[in-house]
Amino acid sequence: MSEQSTSQPTRLNGGQALILSLEMEGVEVVFGYPGGAILPVYDPIIDSKIRHVLVRHEQGAGHAAEGYAHVTGKPGVCMVTSGPAATNIVTPLADAYLDSVPMVCITGQVALPAIGTDAFQECDTTGITRSITKHNMLVTRAEDIPRAVHEAFHIATTGRPGPVLIDVPKDIVDANNPNAYFDFTYPPDIDLPGYAPAAAPSPTSVDAAVEEMMKAERPVLYVGGGVLKSRGAEVLRRLAEMGNIPVVTTLMARGAFPDSHELCLGMPGMHGNYTAVTAMQRSDLLVAMGSRFDDRVTGKVGAFAPEAKIIHVDIDPAEHGKVRRPDVSVVGDCRVAMEAMVAKLEAKGGSKAFADHTPWRRQLSGWQEKYPLTYQPSAPDELLKPQQVVESLRDACPADTIVSSGVGQHQMWTSQYWRFDHPYTWVNSGGLGTMGFSIPAAIGAKTAFPDRMVWAVDGDGCFQMTGQELITASVERIPIKVALLNNAYLGMVRQWQELFYEERYSEVYLSHEMPDYVKWAESMGCVAFRVEDPSEVDVTIAKANEIDDRPVVVEFRCHSDEKVYPMVPAGGSNDDILVDPSQRGDAE
Amino acid sequence: MTDNTPHRTIVVLVENKAGVLARVADLFARRGYNIISLAVAPTHDDRFSRLTIVVDVESVPLDQIVKQLFKLVNVVEIAELSPSESVERELMMATIKAPQETRGQIIEIVDIFEGKILAVSPDHLTVSLDGRPSKLDDFESLIDAYSIVELQRSGRIALPKIGRDVPRLRAIV
Repeated sequence: MSEQSTSQPTRLNGGQALILSLEMEGVEVVFGYPGGAILPVYDPIIDSKIRHVLVRHEQGAGHAAEGYAHVTGKPGVCMVTSGPAATNIVTPLADAYLDSVPMVCITGQVALPAIGTDAFQECDTTGITRSITKHNMLVTRAEDIPRAVHEAFHIATTGRPGPVLIDVPKDIVDANNPNAYFDFTYPPDIDLPGYAPAAAPSPTSVDAAVEEMMKAERPVLYVGGGVLKSRGAEVLRRLAEMGNIPVVTTLMARGAFPDSHELCLGMPGMHGNYTAVTAMQRSDLLVAMGSRFDDRVTGKVGAFAPEAKIIHVDIDPAEHGKVRRPDVSVVGDCRVAMEAMVAKLEAKGGSKAFADHTPWRRQLSGWQEKYPLTYQPSAPDELLKPQQVVESLRDACPADTIVSSGVGQHQMWTSQYWRFDHPYTWVNSGGLGTMGFSIPAAIGAKTAFPDRMVWAVDGDGCFQMTGQELITASVERIPIKVALLNNAYLGMVRQWQELFYEERYSEVYLSHEMPDYVKWAESMGCVAFRVEDPSEVDVTIAKANEIDDRPVVVEFRCHSDEKVYPMVPAGGSNDDILVDPSQRGDAE
Repeated sequence: MTDNTPHRTIVVLVENKAGVLARVADLFARRGYNIISLAVAPTHDDRFSRLTIVVDVESVPLDQIVKQLFKLVNVVEIAELSPSESVERELMMATIKAPQETRGQIIEIVDIFEGKILAVSPDHLTVSLDGRPSKLDDFESLIDAYSIVELQRSGRIALPKIGRDVPRLRAIV
């Protein structure tokens, strides 16, 4: 099939046309799960060069496609059947929508005459997913399939990326339906009169931004996921170094600027480090680069960065002024915008064009020395400290290791304590905060880069949501590694209950022992270890890193009452940041 | 009634495809924007439909509404029609209780407003009226005294005045 070309029409049915269209888009892998309505599309997969990864739950297909997209920049593709399969993939669609992940999701639908009759496994998939996809479509004729696929990939990957869903009724892909056959040609163009995202910002907006940057005395580059989406890490570094401008990287942008760089302040926000948070608060110019003033970054909006002028660079016009009105609005692709800025600044004298940021840098260094990220290492007979586990793991893994995480305390500790020196090494669920993201996302990442080490840092709550995808990993020979930080609790919820609900621990206890994670992992074909003693951490990680022919799960038995600090209480001002208890009392 | 809340009128050109109206309505619902009135029909070019939407701009700026609308793939063009730069019309139909004693007064009001009587029964009248939305507001407040049984307004439609350059809020060519 893959030898078909657009110039020689071939008579195909809709199912064959769908698979061939995916091939025409260069799709290498589809994460999916078959079922009644999508059956006809699964038949031609047998003859296709596209790899299909059979997940164990449709949610896993969606997150795996996201993981693949995060690390490659290419659209992740998932395919499931109608009804419950479509509703099971709603969560990954919402996740991809909030984190601007390029994804194409194909769902089966009941046959056209059955639509609207409450048929078996029927649901209004395009209706349900309308507000959580960048675009969706119900295809009603077999001959429209190639165009639908072509447009879906175009929409998913251009402008602000996002998920696009194609709903395909069974009869138009059915090999037994004579009306499902047509002469296949792949459309060379797209016909979307209402869709034309502009990549290049207006020169006047770039000029205005450059003027502000040259004047600023306390600037901060507030870098978000848009820099990674635009493949802009390299020019970001040029811009930051030229201007001697400190950089904060949001949860979605970890790795967009090297953590080990002297200008890097790390992650801002609710669990950001003191210097990153406070630098924004005291800044006189925030250059928001592909970031969206998320409430987890700004805290109380009215008290956020009160002295800062705002330059907002984002390809989505609707992000400008949504939360904070910018002083300079640069609508366009972050990389293109930064290249224009760098060129303009070089013409104005490069580094010499900027104000002297030495006093600002000195102030920041002072905060960094006074309020580094910190925790108390475990005493000899104590259970493990999760931060310590993350640090040990970080130090034992190659620099290009891909790390995914679920959502909760373990996610924050991983973001805080890993050292992200390369873009596209951090895969996580930022906007939607989807528990259970890490294992399927790691599978997607490892599928894209089989030769790289991929660790999923997971919590015990998350592991119980999607752990069954380790069967997928074993069967499909996708040897990911899982560091399970088992603290026996829904730790983040417990932390809030401790701090804000008078230590009334409501429905957050999961237990260290139940389930037996080692037995469970082994039953899924993984090699599994349990670590309870701090002295075993390094040696077990070393063992895990030696294994590359099957998935590995390392259960780290962690303290239950460890909390993520710093913390800005929800709804509070970033000025009210709580640092680690050991650092309190001497706050400025 | 529309004059009490700060509102603006936009015309939205959309691709004439299944579900587009639902996309627009969904967007307003999801983002918490408020539609005061909405009229929709295909244009002379049947590839496109035109929506005239009167939007409440009290809680959210028009700018945000327009930018979010533009993110819909099927939205082709949006323009704002200010009252001074456009001609606006709306249609109203109403069935009013009209017993012998008040029938004459009602007919008189309908005449003054150049409305039409569409149907008559021994104690009811169905009338229609078209014109500027403010004229319909005035008519509605006058006949309110006579027990309205049912009333339907079409929502306003508008076109730019001839020769006026309407600001395209963000046009894609």
